[in-house]
Amino acid sequence: MGFLTYLINGLSLGSVYAIIALGYTMVYGIAKMLNFAHGDVIMIGSYLVFIGMSNIGGEQTGVMQVVKVVVCLAVSMIICAILGMVIEKVAYKPLRKATNLAVLITAIGVSYFLQNIALLIFGSNAVSFTSIISWQGISLAGGALKITGNAIVTIIVCIIIMVALMLFVQHTKPGQAMRAVSEDRDAAVLMGINVNATISLTFIIGSGLAAIAGALLCSSYPALTPYTGSMPGIKAFTAAVFGGIGSIPGALIGGLLLGIIEILAKAYISSQLADAIVFAVLIIVLLVKPTGILGKQIKEKV
Amino acid sequence: MNAYKKLNKSTQKLLINIVVIFAVYIVVTIMDASGNLSSLMRGLLVPVCAYSLVAVGLNLCVGYLGELSLGHAGFMCIGAFTSAFFSKAFQDTIPDVPRFILALIIGTAMAAIFGFLIAIPVLRLKGDYLAIVTLAFGEIIKNVITVMYVGKDSNGFHFSLKDQMSLGMELDGKMIINGAQGISGTPRQSTFGLAVLLLIVALIITHNFVNSRTGRAVKAIRDNQIAAETVGLPITKYKLTAFTLSAAIAGVGGVLYAHNINSLTATTNNFGYNMSIMILVYVVLGGIGSFSGSIIAAVVLTLLPEMLRGLSNYRMLIYSIVLIGLMLFNWAPSILKWRQQHGLKAILSKFNKNKEVQ
Repeated sequence: MGFLTYLINGLSLGSVYAIIALGYTMVYGIAKMLNFAHGDVIMIGSYLVFIGMSNIGGEQTGVMQVVKVVVCLAVSMIICAILGMVIEKVAYKPLRKATNLAVLITAIGVSYFLQNIALLIFGSNAVSFTSIISWQGISLAGGALKITGNAIVTIIVCIIIMVALMLFVQHTKPGQAMRAVSEDRDAAVLMGINVNATISLTFIIGSGLAAIAGALLCSSYPALTPYTGSMPGIKAFTAAVFGGIGSIPGALIGGLLLGIIEILAKAYISSQLADAIVFAVLIIVLLVKPTGILGKQIKEKV
Repeated sequence: MNAYKKLNKSTQKLLINIVVIFAVYIVVTIMDASGNLSSLMRGLLVPVCAYSLVAVGLNLCVGYLGELSLGHAGFMCIGAFTSAFFSKAFQDTIPDVPRFILALIIGTAMAAIFGFLIAIPVLRLKGDYLAIVTLAFGEIIKNVITVMYVGKDSNGFHFSLKDQMSLGMELDGKMIINGAQGISGTPRQSTFGLAVLLLIVALIITHNFVNSRTGRAVKAIRDNQIAAETVGLPITKYKLTAFTLSAAIAGVGGVLYAHNINSLTATTNNFGYNMSIMILVYVVLGGIGSFSGSIIAAVVLTLLPEMLRGLSNYRMLIYSIVLIGLMLFNWAPSILKWRQQHGLKAILSKFNKNKEVQ
């Protein structure tokens, strides 16, 4: 039963990674850049939800509680989406024709900027994030297998987001535009697609999802500091590469695998070496399949 | 003067760089001797050189090999820990100077060996995948070192990955690497003069490497791997050589760094991806492919937050804004175009033209 509990916890953590990884993978697929500031958008989103939850009304129960959570999340998502769009317009758009490395360093600058803004506003001490999910969860097999509400909700939310996003990308006009831009930006321009708007939309979706991911992450790991986003950010980026960067189902698979490996390694091998094991698995996967699990093999032309 | 003119252009540049570094060294030493250097600045002298060294190493990898590495802090970490381990372990048995030389050699060699071992799988990958794998290796190195426990007693060395207790040392044993607490009490042997000397040596080595037969081959591979392959260059061999050298130079930086501080720990900030990224910032801001640029960027960007210390909490915020601003100023195509038309050079050339007309 212990193994099952770990597996479910791993799935839950992996779902969070998957949602974060979506932000990385979509931006990479469409703008061909590594958005290192994505992890910090998660942190900002978490702080926004935290402020909302601790300042609006008192303790609610039942339906009112759910309404409050939804309102806080929605506000946080909107602010994060705007933040993502502004970051793209101010910092990344001017560099669109510059080398990848220049954009990467700028993204790092943005990441420092967000961390230090948060440091100025909220201070360096950790605040304790109260879980947005008050449901205690269920216990199966006579109490031997407990599944927390956090884990169940996280996994369900992840599945909903994935399905919604796949439908959006496959079956709507903006989604088609996104696929077209990721396939060939110059050809997309010739077909009358507004590339700037499409890239903005990608950032808006990715950053909005980051707000959800932040709230879910902090519900399970409640210590929130200005640096909360950076390690999950790196891990989620790893997950995106793991699954094949640029691929949405890849982000899901990569995120889930990474979460499960991390929790199992913590449980059975060594909690301190868990990160090393996660990265070692990543290396092995990339050596066997250099473009990730679901990555496209791009043939080199002479 | 004639002899100077006979040298080719890059050698002239190298000579100028060395002279400038030496001049800076003399100025700083005089300032220090006359008491014009705050203790904060004095404390930064050796770290600045260490960062510069790692930046030079990384620049070799990014600028000449053309591969983005996000794991150079890992090589720095290996250089730091192996050399500090050696210095601490043989503190009582080998006199100071030869011990430091040995520590330097061991630190550099270990960084080079790890660089070589890591490069074998890593260089099969390309672009961002290569970057993420180097990042992963850097994190693994850091992570493994934080759980290492090594002690020494009359029976020799003891090693464990669990905790101090499981070493099972005799009573006279002393800890050398103490898990997350790292190595404390390393002899502080890195002086500014030594650091400058190592920096100059590294510059000479990289300069010679870049202009050697191997270096030219590496550049050819960077510019067009398929073409280089077609003319029969052994790609893997040259790539491995460049990467290993790059890691070794980063290791030297680590050795300097380790022998400058009392307690050496492997945290995210000093050896994790944060450090790798910071070094990468130096390389990119200083100019990819320009070793002197890397050094200047390392010096300026290390001193900048310290200069801004008066602004207390705002300093890192300003640092990040300056970083973003500089990147846009240096790389954004629209701003580059504007600079071409209205920048200092454009104004000067206009001025010159007017003079010619008159």
